[in-house]
Amino acid sequence: MANKLIGEMDLHKRISNIFAARNIITAKDALSMTEFELMELLDVGVNEIQSAVRLISQAASPPCLSARSLMEQKVENEYLSGHLPTHLKGLDSALCGGIPFGVLTELVGPPGIGKSQFCMKLALSASFPKAYGGLDGRVVYIDVESKFSSRRVIEMGLKSFPEVFHLKGMAQEMAGRILVLRPASLSDFTESIQELKESILQNQVKLLVIDSMTALLSGENKPGDQRHQQHQLGWHISFLKSLAEFARIPIVVTNQVRSQNRDETSQYSFQAKLKDGSQEHTRTYDSHLVAALGINWAHAVTIRLVLESKSGQRIIKVAKSPMSPPLAFPFHITSAGISLLSDEGTELKGPGINNIHARGHSEMINFNGDCS
Amino acid sequence: METSTLPLSSSTRGKLISAGYTSLSSISSVSSTDLARDVNITEAEAFEILKMANHQVTGSSTSLINGARNAWDMLHEEEALPRITTSCSDLDKILGGGISCRDVTEIGGVPGIGKTQIGIQLSVNVQIPSEFGGLGGKAIYIDTEGSFMVERALQIAEACVEDMEEYTGYIHKHYKANQVQLKPKDILENIFYFRVCSYTEQIALVNHLDKFISENKDVKVVIVDSITFHFRQDFDDLAQRTRVLSEMALKFMKLAKKFSLAVVLLNQVTTKYTEGSFQLALALGDSWSHSCTNRVILYWNGDERYAYIDKSPSLPSASASYTVTSRGLRNSSSSSKRVKMM
Repeated sequence: MANKLIGEMDLHKRISNIFAARNIITAKDALSMTEFELMELLDVGVNEIQSAVRLISQAASPPCLSARSLMEQKVENEYLSGHLPTHLKGLDSALCGGIPFGVLTELVGPPGIGKSQFCMKLALSASFPKAYGGLDGRVVYIDVESKFSSRRVIEMGLKSFPEVFHLKGMAQEMAGRILVLRPASLSDFTESIQELKESILQNQVKLLVIDSMTALLSGENKPGDQRHQQHQLGWHISFLKSLAEFARIPIVVTNQVRSQNRDETSQYSFQAKLKDGSQEHTRTYDSHLVAALGINWAHAVTIRLVLESKSGQRIIKVAKSPMSPPLAFPFHITSAGISLLSDEGTELKGPGINNIHARGHSEMINFNGDCS
Repeated sequence: METSTLPLSSSTRGKLISAGYTSLSSISSVSSTDLARDVNITEAEAFEILKMANHQVTGSSTSLINGARNAWDMLHEEEALPRITTSCSDLDKILGGGISCRDVTEIGGVPGIGKTQIGIQLSVNVQIPSEFGGLGGKAIYIDTEGSFMVERALQIAEACVEDMEEYTGYIHKHYKANQVQLKPKDILENIFYFRVCSYTEQIALVNHLDKFISENKDVKVVIVDSITFHFRQDFDDLAQRTRVLSEMALKFMKLAKKFSLAVVLLNQVTTKYTEGSFQLALALGDSWSHSCTNRVILYWNGDERYAYIDKSPSLPSASASYTVTSRGLRNSSSSSKRVKMM
């Protein structure tokens, strides 16, 4: 819409030529300047500019839909009203059916918690035919850290969907639908996703998994070059979101964690003035972890699932979701992939749901020399 | 007063000045035909210039100024202003009854605090019919991030209809419970949804809203979720961004005043380094923070969500707690505590 040509809109020929003469070709060029600036540049009166801008705006505006027709479209056209089931009952009911189409879903957690396992299982289930709860399409799996293991995927398939997998040739066909990419650098990745956007609909791609986003960005910049990194990330955020929307597919992205400095317990300027005893507990002495990639990224994802390990128990939490309460489910990893230990989540109140806990290694390293 | 201050294109201005008409008083005594001949412009243009010049001149005369109203009349208007409830009575109290129409209100907060929830709640509550104390209007929801989940809007709409039916049951005991005409599907029908994918579309839509709302006069709230997203990443020239944003803010204000509707802009958060430490602040910069009439900041306080009135011409700074439930925004269970005033 932004690139609509002014020459093709219903503007008066004279005005249209004036715009073209000053190199204002698309709606984006015209609307990036204020009306006053346009007046100065084009040497045209204020009324003419206003009516020209009005016409350009009308042509470049997005169409209107009522929320009701939005819902009806989803129900009619999309599988399960636009959700990809994760086969984890508690999580699926919290998310109104599963991972939603058209938005970014983020999985964040400390290393070794099970993010890649979750992604692999999701990729597998998306490749299944509709009768078995899949999307009957291809999956593009962008594996930056070389964590994708086909052997593991087949193992998960055999254990969790034995009736499907034992059918002749199924394993080959399902695994054949998962396309794994290993980009060597951020620019490779950028090129690949741009290419993907062109061909996504013809090639029946129904799910995009990026594992992990942080690894892509971390290798690229000189340390301390925060501003540049944020700017680059900004382009990718917009692109991925528009890709998800345009193709109506779910995009699942994994994110790593980093430790939080004391300086970063940020508050608003007015909070210092509010005399409230409960302010003090933000200055804890735990070094706890936060999601990497910054606050801009946190705003951009629609659903954030936090995986953490607390007192030896792995927990998956729905930390940010416009349609679910903040629930936490305990889970464990088996040969069949991730499974929930309880489908009834516990509701966590407060900002604590965003905190990420990780266990140390003292539970694993046994100092007494016993084998456990 | 100089002619160079008139809003004219630069070539016309140049012609005026080179013909000798440098001050407004020199134009006021000349007729449009003479002006047209002297300056070498068409008579219609000359007439326009004279009209503009006279408008400026009468503004400085000592008689009553065109378009001004006295404060007493405005008081009646201000008191009669309808307000949109947020379904959380504590929040409504600090807002003076709810989100006011004819004003631009900015609401900002960290991710996950409930900005989209408030947006969806307001787009449902504006439709509450006047028998129940609402505005009976429609809503425009401008989604720049794709955070509008229609399933959630349906949940909130259903809860709203149930609450209205319960209310009818209490008040009119002899009425049956299902006297409420509005159904959840109708509520969804009255939310006009726009999905904006770039800042160009955002600016284009704001310009186009004037025409759209003239054709749909019962729109009473315009919610933008969020205004920040596209402006944060795609603009390289920050000074240009500030200018474009200021123009957009002015257009929103004009819309609010012209059609007597509420404009609610949802904003994101950024960290900035002031006073020796990192602090949270709403995004888009210091110049933007002047543009909105009212400002509400949502934040976490311990385990509860709070809203704080950061900027308002008539309300005192206060904070109140709220929760987000499956039925929408409601008072938090610890609301037996009184509202905190600064």
